[in-house]
Amino acid sequence: MSETGKFGEYGGQYVPEALMPAIEELTDAYERYVLNNEDGFMNEFRERLRDFGGRPTPLQYADQLSGAYDAEVYLKREDLLHGGAHKLNNALGQVLLAKYMGKDRIIAETGAGQHGTATAMAAAHLDMPCEIYMGRTDINRQRPNVFRMRLNGAEVNPVTVGRGTLKEAISETMRDWATTVETTHYVIGSIVGPDPFPRMVRDFHSVISEEMREQSRERLGRLPDSVVACAGGGSNTMGAFAEFAEDDEVELIAVEAGGSSLAVDEEEGVAPNSATLSTGDEGVLHGARTKLLQDSDGQIMESHSVSAGLDYAGVGPELAHLVDTGRVRPVNVDDDAALEGFHRLSQEEGIIPALETAHAFGYLHENPDAVGDVTVINVSGRGDKDLQTVIEETEQRDLDVDVDMSVFDTAGGAM
Amino acid sequence: MANNPDLGTAFGRDEPAFVPYLAAGDPDYEASIGYVEALARGGADVIELGLPFSEPIAEGKTIQDAIVRALDAGMTPDRYFEFVEDVDVDVPLVCMTYYNLIYQYGDEDGPRSFVEKAADVGLTGFVVPDLPAEEADPLRTACDEFGLDLVFIVAPTTRGERLDEMREQVSGYVYVQARLGTTGARDDVSDQTDESLARIDDWKVPKAVGFGIKKGDHAARIVRAGADGVIVGSALVDIVAEGTESDEPVSAVADRLETRARELKQGALRGARERAKAGGD
Repeated sequence: MSETGKFGEYGGQYVPEALMPAIEELTDAYERYVLNNEDGFMNEFRERLRDFGGRPTPLQYADQLSGAYDAEVYLKREDLLHGGAHKLNNALGQVLLAKYMGKDRIIAETGAGQHGTATAMAAAHLDMPCEIYMGRTDINRQRPNVFRMRLNGAEVNPVTVGRGTLKEAISETMRDWATTVETTHYVIGSIVGPDPFPRMVRDFHSVISEEMREQSRERLGRLPDSVVACAGGGSNTMGAFAEFAEDDEVELIAVEAGGSSLAVDEEEGVAPNSATLSTGDEGVLHGARTKLLQDSDGQIMESHSVSAGLDYAGVGPELAHLVDTGRVRPVNVDDDAALEGFHRLSQEEGIIPALETAHAFGYLHENPDAVGDVTVINVSGRGDKDLQTVIEETEQRDLDVDVDMSVFDTAGGAM
Repeated sequence: MANNPDLGTAFGRDEPAFVPYLAAGDPDYEASIGYVEALARGGADVIELGLPFSEPIAEGKTIQDAIVRALDAGMTPDRYFEFVEDVDVDVPLVCMTYYNLIYQYGDEDGPRSFVEKAADVGLTGFVVPDLPAEEADPLRTACDEFGLDLVFIVAPTTRGERLDEMREQVSGYVYVQARLGTTGARDDVSDQTDESLARIDDWKVPKAVGFGIKKGDHAARIVRAGADGVIVGSALVDIVAEGTESDEPVSAVADRLETRARELKQGALRGARERAKAGGD
């Protein structure tokens, strides 16, 4: 394998032999169509992102937050991309690439359902049959997205092993792919997996930071002091960071899910957080060497976060590398701070963010001095899918920011 | 165990080898010891002994469930090495596991500590489903240092340069994956087997075929097609699963494993006779 598939010590291609020819085929297609724009692939991709996806997304000045934190806070509104999250950038790119490669079936895993939804939309848009694997826990906590996938014509296959979250869904999708590899493309949903996936998914999402950069130059006449993005697997994170990699004056801050605690229960194999960049150790999972939440034997831990989309025991190998080199600063906030961030953005700015995104705002609230004079926060997705979870989780806690839903009691449920 | 024959000897006899798989510690340590010994009594020539990993991406449901049972019963890499020392069989044991467990073991990063310990307890080699030839150099080097074999899996999709690369690194035997997909017992034998065997016809290492083999007739068919050995996992794990679910006594499950092992070994021998009669090699 060429060394381009490695990020320092991280990355690589740790997959069953049956998949290796498909990985080679994909690498070839990635280099031809994505890197070299063969047959005008990138032109068609950008055109469809504009017309179907609604790019470019705005860079919005956040009046209330800026006042509250005494900084210029800008929001990169990926929640306004078609589907309500940044995920479409990658899903559309990969489904289109599968079409150029002559594949006739799409499979994907999903955690929060945002990637599954984006893939289902892209597959419907490009007329490809599509099956999504989703853990049973996630199916139950992200019902609206299950409806959306079904409405777009995708099959949704529940994964019942383990805790039934993203980790198990990825394993199961890889098993499907190992069986159907000759006709099927696996649209992986983050910057994880074997090379070339981490590079390719980053490239499809890097349109986020490309626009951020241009918009900052135009609007501010300068680059921001910091870019803040939440990080689970890390796709919105790398999308928001990629084009700033060489701009050393721009600090890149990845906000992970601190869950309920950073402590780890080795006995039960549970890490009650998803703070892989902050607390993980190097290991091999799902095709790549990267930082992982694992026990001392190397068994993968069950992660936890109130937000399904961050609930993963691994992280993209490139992000792991950028943390080791000091380019990216990993930080984390807990479930409570994320929920407060959710309510605050909803009340102060009129934007209901995804719970994943809310972690970035939780961090901003706790560390207003850590982001410089001008910061851009990536609003990676909108929170419609999370309403049920947020109402339930909020009721169980004593938060600084809260919302009263007693109107339903007052109305008495009478029709 | 100690001083078991090496893989060259196990495959070197004038008959096809029967290579069963079980997950160590499924459903618990003691029962699993009995089950592995039953396979040896039933005629196993080599045993692939699974070290359970929490994310077994190459396994179908049968072996995934076995892995969950074994992990729940407390199997760990250190317990696994004790298991290898405790089990009383006189055939080579090959460790089948995923790379992260090999990589994490011991104080130093990389596979060396694990391989050193494996050699120490008497394991003969490794099959690592998530380690393609491209990433195998560190493990190959450690295996060479401690005199262990590294088995590679040839898939129906493996062709060209990839075959050459594996051919240079493989030792012990080559695991020919009979069909695309994950592990799991099937009711037929795939035609992909013949094509895969033909592609590596001139390799010097013995060729053992696995994935989906369930019955003696399948084993016979595989050997007729030219295989030097037959690998069977899920069909045996199914017996463990059924026995565990219905609370069968360990001895009864062990008897059924021994009987099935014998049927599979006999099937392989029958295939060899039929191949000789047909004027093959």
